[in-house]
Amino acid sequence: MRRPSAPTRSRCQRCCAVSDLVGLGARELARRVRARELSAREVTVGFLERIAARDGAIGAYLRVSPERALAEADRVDQTIARGDDAGPLAGVPVGVKDVIVTEGLETTAGSKILAGWVPPYQSTAVARLRAAGAIVLGKTNCDEFAMGSSNEHAPYLPCRNPWDLTRVPGGSSGGSAAAIAADLAALTLGTDTGGSIRQPAGFCGVVGLKPTYGRVSRWGAIAFASSLDQIGPMAASVGDAALALDVIAGLDPRDATSLDAAAPNLVAALDGGVRGLRIGLAREYHPAQLDGEIAAAVRAAAAALVSAGATLVDVSLPHTRYAGPAYYVIAPAEAASNLARYDGVRYGHRAAARDLDTLYARSRGEGFGAEVKRRVMIGNYVLRAGSYDAYYRKAQQVRALVRRDFDEAFTQCDALLAPIAPTAAFPIGSRANPVDLYLGDVFTLACNLAGLPGLAVPWGATATGLPIGVQLLGRPLDEATLCRAGVVLEHAQGPRRRPPEPA
Amino acid sequence: MTDWEPVIGLEVHVQLATATKAFSPSPVQFGAPPNTLTDPTVLALPGALPSFNRAALAAALRLGVATGSRIRTPCRFARKHYFYPDLPKGYQISQYDEPLCEDGAVEVWHAGAHTVVRLQRIHLEEDAGKLNHDGAWSRVDLNRAGVPLCEVVTAPDLRSADQAFAYMKALHRLVRWLGVCEGDLEKGHLRCDANVSVRPRGAPDFGTRVELKNINSFRFVKAAIEHEIARQIRLIESGGTVERQTRLWDGAAGVSEAMRSKEEIADYRYLPDPDLPPLVISDDELAAAKAALPELPAHRLERFMRDYQLAFDDADLLTGERGLADYLDAAVAALAEPTRARTLASWITTELLRELAGRPIEASPVAPAALAELIDTIEEGTISGKIGKDVLARMIASGDGARAIVARDGLRQISDQGALTTLAAEILAGNARQVAAYRAGNGKLLGFFVGALMKATAGRANPQLASDLMKKLLADPT
Repeated sequence: MRRPSAPTRSRCQRCCAVSDLVGLGARELARRVRARELSAREVTVGFLERIAARDGAIGAYLRVSPERALAEADRVDQTIARGDDAGPLAGVPVGVKDVIVTEGLETTAGSKILAGWVPPYQSTAVARLRAAGAIVLGKTNCDEFAMGSSNEHAPYLPCRNPWDLTRVPGGSSGGSAAAIAADLAALTLGTDTGGSIRQPAGFCGVVGLKPTYGRVSRWGAIAFASSLDQIGPMAASVGDAALALDVIAGLDPRDATSLDAAAPNLVAALDGGVRGLRIGLAREYHPAQLDGEIAAAVRAAAAALVSAGATLVDVSLPHTRYAGPAYYVIAPAEAASNLARYDGVRYGHRAAARDLDTLYARSRGEGFGAEVKRRVMIGNYVLRAGSYDAYYRKAQQVRALVRRDFDEAFTQCDALLAPIAPTAAFPIGSRANPVDLYLGDVFTLACNLAGLPGLAVPWGATATGLPIGVQLLGRPLDEATLCRAGVVLEHAQGPRRRPPEPA
Repeated sequence: MTDWEPVIGLEVHVQLATATKAFSPSPVQFGAPPNTLTDPTVLALPGALPSFNRAALAAALRLGVATGSRIRTPCRFARKHYFYPDLPKGYQISQYDEPLCEDGAVEVWHAGAHTVVRLQRIHLEEDAGKLNHDGAWSRVDLNRAGVPLCEVVTAPDLRSADQAFAYMKALHRLVRWLGVCEGDLEKGHLRCDANVSVRPRGAPDFGTRVELKNINSFRFVKAAIEHEIARQIRLIESGGTVERQTRLWDGAAGVSEAMRSKEEIADYRYLPDPDLPPLVISDDELAAAKAALPELPAHRLERFMRDYQLAFDDADLLTGERGLADYLDAAVAALAEPTRARTLASWITTELLRELAGRPIEASPVAPAALAELIDTIEEGTISGKIGKDVLARMIASGDGARAIVARDGLRQISDQGALTTLAAEILAGNARQVAAYRAGNGKLLGFFVGALMKATAGRANPQLASDLMKKLLADPT
């Protein structure tokens, strides 16, 4: 397949040495490092320099750890010098969403309540990336505890969309998406609870892969909503995301919900094409009032798949309209429970107080931001003995129906093609009402309720040049079909579009 | 004056004897330095997850099967939320509407009477940590956090503090018997909460119940419940009403204290734990629990009374530990005559247990078959019971068998009437004054003559024969 082209020297004259490598993509970087054409140190230095030059304007990273990254790079170079296998991601610089634990590297879930917390243990996903030779550059920006879809609920630092710095990068994995778009990492990890990988991928014009629930261990993923959360890769190409998922996927005894499934082996499936594949278009995902440019993008993507040999099938997911309400009961309920541990007793922010109740109230009151508090309150409300049946139990029933819709649809098609969000990236501060933000998640939530894999790939742009993405949803554990279709869409578009570089 | 009837239900937390915690690999140990038995899961670090220890399930299943409970598969873990510094996650992993065991029963023998206490449920949960109060400070120790427990909940079937105490004892015996709990009360392996109400005897409905918490020691069960019954009766009879509340028992002071009233009774906001998939019990796991089921203590006690003709107290004592009961059965099996079981049992309860002085029966220097041999030797008339005690001491010292010791040391009982008559005649001849006194009516002197004959034979004279012979010789001056 065609590789995304590297930035030309003329486009990036300030840092020409760096520009040669930052756009290569994860697989090509690893190939060159393994072939000793580049050292892991050179690659790491290149990305660190670019972060230093560019990230001040973007805010993709909350924390960068150059010393640790260089030490990791040297370790990879030594492995290669010894003639040992440094792994499929040898020397690939990665950014890790701040809700994912990194041993020895401050991790806050983007929340003031965890300011200064340095984890004494490693998350499984990061451990697997590092074992494959990847270099952790730092922690990427996100909505606090992954609660949001604009990266505006970020108490440390705003994150901006590299395509238009007045617009949001999407969220909650906004920093991970922006870092890929601006070539501040070759690979990032995000988490997707209701669209938090796919939506920022769409807003920033990058690839985001939300795996099947249970595909990737959640050990070390700071929980938002445990039954919905899933770690997944973000990258500049489907192939890079596929390789990353191959590396991080797999059973983990420390996560009782992780699946004992055969390895996805996505890289081997990438070039399978879509001939004979039945692509479903669900009428509930194409409402009449959908933004015209978005609707056109989905139609064009469908046409591209058809020209590559796929057929289109109209399907229906009749309970889609109930997915949002169910999600906004289940996710806050689990969040309220998961966030009970932030009590100021063992770690994180502790307010001064003379008695225990005040300690709890003040520590949490000061440590949590408004959106987190809102969801904790909603969650505790719906779990009350008096409202459990009307809300939580009912929402679980809806969830079962949503799941059944997909099961039914997948008897008629092999994957669904759908818009990611009703609009492209919106201006920072334009959605002051939280409900407006919640409504933006309408196309992404159901996938999480059903535990399905979803792949966001860039597809075209708005008239003003903002990226548009489309998503493919698949059967449980069938990320391979999504990646095959994703690669076809990549081919159909030609070289990767990049955000403008500052003058 | 109203005749008040107490209605009591108990919730007993039983610590399961596992090597590691319920949801993480930290070891379970008593008395370790504070916060040394922890890991990211126990500390509830951000991002840490629980994974269930199936050894805890195996133990709970044995208890479930032994109580005849219905085993639910799949059952489910639920989060029970409340804030307290000894509860790191802000919730306890427990079970709520889908517990592992339902509708079992515990058989209770108390003061010779047999009752059945119904169980509503047995569920799995994790323990909390501990707060150590130190002046103005409270220090959190999370060593105990995450230790697996079974909560055993009775129906409101108990009608007195005595019954409640007897049930606790029966449950304690059962869980030790099954090996599901070490049962060390000093270490808090069994902890009890009690729900207590009173009603006029014969009334169809229950009174308002009060939950007594913190009855941490066994001996407090009776005192705490009696105190609460009396408190409620006093309250009602003086014109008050019992309020639905939770009270904390202060064992040292012997009083309870209101902790929470009805309005404040916590809403635990139960949530099926999304980190733990429904717990499916495999056929193999259930089969293993059933296969491991021993004869239960209550059944054994009954059998000991029936088959071995033991008095209740002896049967109760000998079923206090499974090892003791096993010892008795093994010894009885080695007896030449099973009818000697009762005698053998009394040798265990008096002689052997005294010899062991609190050590477990497994430490007995005398094997069951060796004790049976001793009993046979006595019951056959080869030695007297009194010599038997001497033989037992020699068995313990030498490790030899009873028959070998009797032969080697010449301890065989003398039942030869001729030889004893000669000796007896000599004794009478040498004690003319006492003979005259006896014949003058001082019958108590018989003991003196029999004792002298025993002494002359170094205790080996058949005691019955010695007594009969002396009586005869003393009565008949020819």
